[in-house]
Amino acid sequence: MTETIDNLRAWDERISEAAKAYGLDCFPQEFEVCDHNEMIGYMAYSGMPSHYPHWSYGKAFERTKTMYDYGVSGLPYEMVINSNPALAYLMADNSFCLNVLTIAHVYGHNDFFKNNFTFESTRAEYTVARFKTHADRVRSYIEDPSIGALKVEALLDAAHALSLQCRRNLSIKKLSREEQKTLRFEASLPPKDPYRKIHRQPDHTPPDLRKVPLEPDEDLLLFIRDHNPYLEDWQQDLLTIVHDEAQYFIPQIETKIMNEGWASYWHYQIMKNLDLPEDLRLEFIVHHNQVLRPHPGGLNPYHVGFRIWQSIYETEEGPGPCEPAKPTAGKEALFRVREVDRDQSFVRRFLTKALARDLGLFEFTPRRGEYVVSEVADEDGWETIKDTLIQNVGTAAIPVLKIEDADHRGERALLIRHAFEGRELNLEHAEKCLMYAQRLWGREVVLETVLAGKATQLMYNDDGFSTKRQG
Amino acid sequence: MGAVFRPKREESADRSAGDRQRHREKVRSSILDNIADIIAEESIIGRSGDDIIKVPIRGIKEYRFTYGDNAPGVGEGAGEEVKKGDVVGKAPGQKGKGRAGQAGQEAGVDYYETDVTLSELIDMMFEDLDLPDLERKDLRAIESLRRTKRKGYRKVGIRVRLDKKRTVLAKMKRERSKGMRGPGVRHTHPVPTAAGAAGPRLPFSQHDLRYKHRTMTVHEESNAVVLCIMDTSGSMDTVKKYLARSFFFLLYQFVRRRYESVEVVFIAHDIEATEVDENRFFAKGEAGGTFVSSGYSKALEIIADRYHPELWNIYAFHCSDGDNFGSDTPTAIKAARELCSLANLFGYGEIKPRGAGFYGSSLIDAFKKIDAPNFQTVLIERKEDIWPSFKAFLGHERNRS
Repeated sequence: MTETIDNLRAWDERISEAAKAYGLDCFPQEFEVCDHNEMIGYMAYSGMPSHYPHWSYGKAFERTKTMYDYGVSGLPYEMVINSNPALAYLMADNSFCLNVLTIAHVYGHNDFFKNNFTFESTRAEYTVARFKTHADRVRSYIEDPSIGALKVEALLDAAHALSLQCRRNLSIKKLSREEQKTLRFEASLPPKDPYRKIHRQPDHTPPDLRKVPLEPDEDLLLFIRDHNPYLEDWQQDLLTIVHDEAQYFIPQIETKIMNEGWASYWHYQIMKNLDLPEDLRLEFIVHHNQVLRPHPGGLNPYHVGFRIWQSIYETEEGPGPCEPAKPTAGKEALFRVREVDRDQSFVRRFLTKALARDLGLFEFTPRRGEYVVSEVADEDGWETIKDTLIQNVGTAAIPVLKIEDADHRGERALLIRHAFEGRELNLEHAEKCLMYAQRLWGREVVLETVLAGKATQLMYNDDGFSTKRQG
Repeated sequence: MGAVFRPKREESADRSAGDRQRHREKVRSSILDNIADIIAEESIIGRSGDDIIKVPIRGIKEYRFTYGDNAPGVGEGAGEEVKKGDVVGKAPGQKGKGRAGQAGQEAGVDYYETDVTLSELIDMMFEDLDLPDLERKDLRAIESLRRTKRKGYRKVGIRVRLDKKRTVLAKMKRERSKGMRGPGVRHTHPVPTAAGAAGPRLPFSQHDLRYKHRTMTVHEESNAVVLCIMDTSGSMDTVKKYLARSFFFLLYQFVRRRYESVEVVFIAHDIEATEVDENRFFAKGEAGGTFVSSGYSKALEIIADRYHPELWNIYAFHCSDGDNFGSDTPTAIKAARELCSLANLFGYGEIKPRGAGFYGSSLIDAFKKIDAPNFQTVLIERKEDIWPSFKAFLGHERNRS
């Protein structure tokens, strides 16, 4: 094994040099060699060296292991976490060539983590330590005889269900309540009137500044933490932990296509320039094609991302490989986009008609239990497809829910509004999530949404779930 | 600057062991919670133990706010042209999934059903029951099944039992003893080639041959018979039969786990009793009144005929809605007492679904007179009652032993 590691280290020297020559700007990189069982373990815990326990990770482990054992799916070639230094895992069971490819791929991700704007707020240098302290805190609550595993589990179950209902764009500052008050008050003032001496003063009714929340709040867990006075310290702390971890993963959800495409694009450029010996090169091409093969009926983010990045480069430079050590307009475009976009804007800005046609994109709609192709990428259809795709990438695939009122009907019920834009909620999930929300809030929770075209209130209180049509 | 490489750790803790354990516990308890539904809903009574049953698992699914299945998605082509109107997959909720998750948020399909074989399921159910071994009279075990068992090797035997490996070993030993094979000779010993340029070879001889030896063992077999007696009069509707069926199923499975061979007898009765096969037993729709005693007499007749209590462990259970002709009840009680004296366990289940009218003549009250230790009555009102009643039924036997 040490022999292999020395060998890998030699290749890594060349790869990291090539990456640098291309202009990739990476965190220091660390690789850990592991076997497939450890790999599945890392996957179950999102790659984290330490993570708090919860049965859902055991479930993830079992599922991955079953799929792997039965050959339904292979393990991902790369697993890299957004931290500084970036931490990646190499499977000892993989072929040498695959590990070299993985190293090249990982540098792509590493550069992306460091430079894309969505990751700015994740504070990569503390990632590993943060997850470690989270784990320690959760374990301390489990070991506390007055709390115990079951109570912690019940709270984590509930918190996990709501955790992705948090702010998506972390580069927009969340205003404090004081700031919100000021803004609201100022907005209520009559416009400045240079002739106010001769005009009659308009009536000024001060806004209701007692309302909670003043502005609709997207951070469900944090809001409940701060406004349910019956929560104990450890419960508040668990909500904070779950929220923190969700926020950490939001950027990765936001940039799946970009990030995987970016890493694939660079592993391809780097590997092509490495002068691989014949046998390695053939194997590399096989693996590369495997990673980038289209998923029939679905969407392979590696493939779609790769093609879009390629087209961005080629729009500037014309077809041809990307040359290292030469600043070109194409490369400049690539690096700019990797910094300022996320999946939704990436698709919106760079998915062209030609690309949609080349990728053979189509839109499918469920009809009587089957998915039927409703649009193909022709002259009329491609823009519809693009719009649908934008709705399904990044956090757009998660419904937007905002807390409107913490004292709904004057009964301290929690009113949440679903920002409806045409897609209806999955009712089974909504019901269960409301149950969890009620468990955390301690009182009735009301969700306003649209079902079957009608405004509907979904309610969960001590008597269970109920729905009410409106209008 | 190159990266840091950390070699594989020699031993690594199985970090997810605790979480896996907890997950399995949840799956298990979820299955146990649903057992009443499963046995009531599935038509599993006639199935073999290897059949796979889909068990819905509640409580271990992870929920998030998501969009419903009615939202459109985007896929990419895989070479061939896709036309409008083509079917590219099945929507979730339908059986079988032909499509990967939607673009972007590929959380993967959450499984909410698990496959267990029927026997696993039954094992799980009875595991928690914590029952002592049932009474099993010595006489009721009869010598039957002659099984053969391996026992060593012999130099004589029939051709099919020739053990090739041992035969070759024996031959090699003989070669060695003759100095044709061994540490000193191995290198000079020529390898036989296709051209046949082999050196001196020793053919197999009769002394080399080794045969597997088998002996016969006499196996003791315990027999049991389950007598399913059901009222098929006009008042027994489908719902009631359904409940009865579930109960019989449990009983059968339970007995089957404890005895080598189990036979089942189905006796359907209204005014008269007949022995029927399983399908007719549950499908049978009769009209008319009820003489419970007819079913018991038939059972007694069958026992006298085929299942001698000395040789057979007898389990009898009767399901009815309790609507018996008043004049028949004393006869029925007498017959029931007689059945108790023959059977290991005899039970009466009265099925009265909620909302059904209450009939004045409830057998359950009349049967209170029977004080045989192996007699037990249960009242089943809903399918949720089946499992608890069944446990009570067997629990009775446990208290007795």
